[in-house]
Amino acid sequence: MRSVSIQTADFDLATEVATLRAGDSGVGAVASFIGTVRDRSDGAGVSAMELEHYPGMTERAIEAMMDAALQRFDIRGARVVHRVGHLLPGDQIVLVAVSSAHRGQAFQACEFLMDYLKTQAPFWKKETTPEGARWVDARVSDDAALARWGIASGNAG
Amino acid sequence: MKISVRYFASLREALGASESVEVPDNATLGDIRQQLVVRGGRHAELLAAHRPVRCALNQSLANESAIVGEGDEVAFFPPVTGG
Repeated sequence: MRSVSIQTADFDLATEVATLRAGDSGVGAVASFIGTVRDRSDGAGVSAMELEHYPGMTERAIEAMMDAALQRFDIRGARVVHRVGHLLPGDQIVLVAVSSAHRGQAFQACEFLMDYLKTQAPFWKKETTPEGARWVDARVSDDAALARWGIASGNAG
Repeated sequence: MKISVRYFASLREALGASESVEVPDNATLGDIRQQLVVRGGRHAELLAAHRPVRCALNQSLANESAIVGEGDEVAFFPPVTGG
């Protein structure tokens, strides 16, 4: 089972994990990651964030990443929820949840999916700071994170 | 042939969300980027070769050597920053 949702609405971890596990009694482990909006970024206060995506391509890109994770790891299911639109500090941005028989593969696949998503899924963040709004710069460290899995990224240039 | 070009994030703010562009047959994504740069103005500034611009062809990430066909959807955007 794999599914992705791009939505403006918030999500609930317990509900998402229950859906991921539903009807699969072979699941022995679920690993999840949630990313949230920080109130500081690169030395400036952040009062709001706007998240843009490429409708259609974003969903397809994440589905392809989940297919890669299902091939690479011994996992049973994966769920990704990513919010877009107007967000505030403390808000949830992204959920990655993975189910498997044992914890090792679930932890690894969850991190793999996040590393992949950070550099290969078309989303863009714009922060509101006291000096005005600014587009967030991509980080070389995110490319390095994906490279650990043997995948070249080059997103940050 | 005609293709559609879409822009996202900072490129969308400067160049608009999309435009229809006439390009030569067998043009690559790199050729199209260069053709837009030649127009000058904001296009030249934001799509210049030294700028970190990524591209997609028909909603899949692609590199600049990818060949574009009639009616294809091309997109140019800055490095991605989701998650």
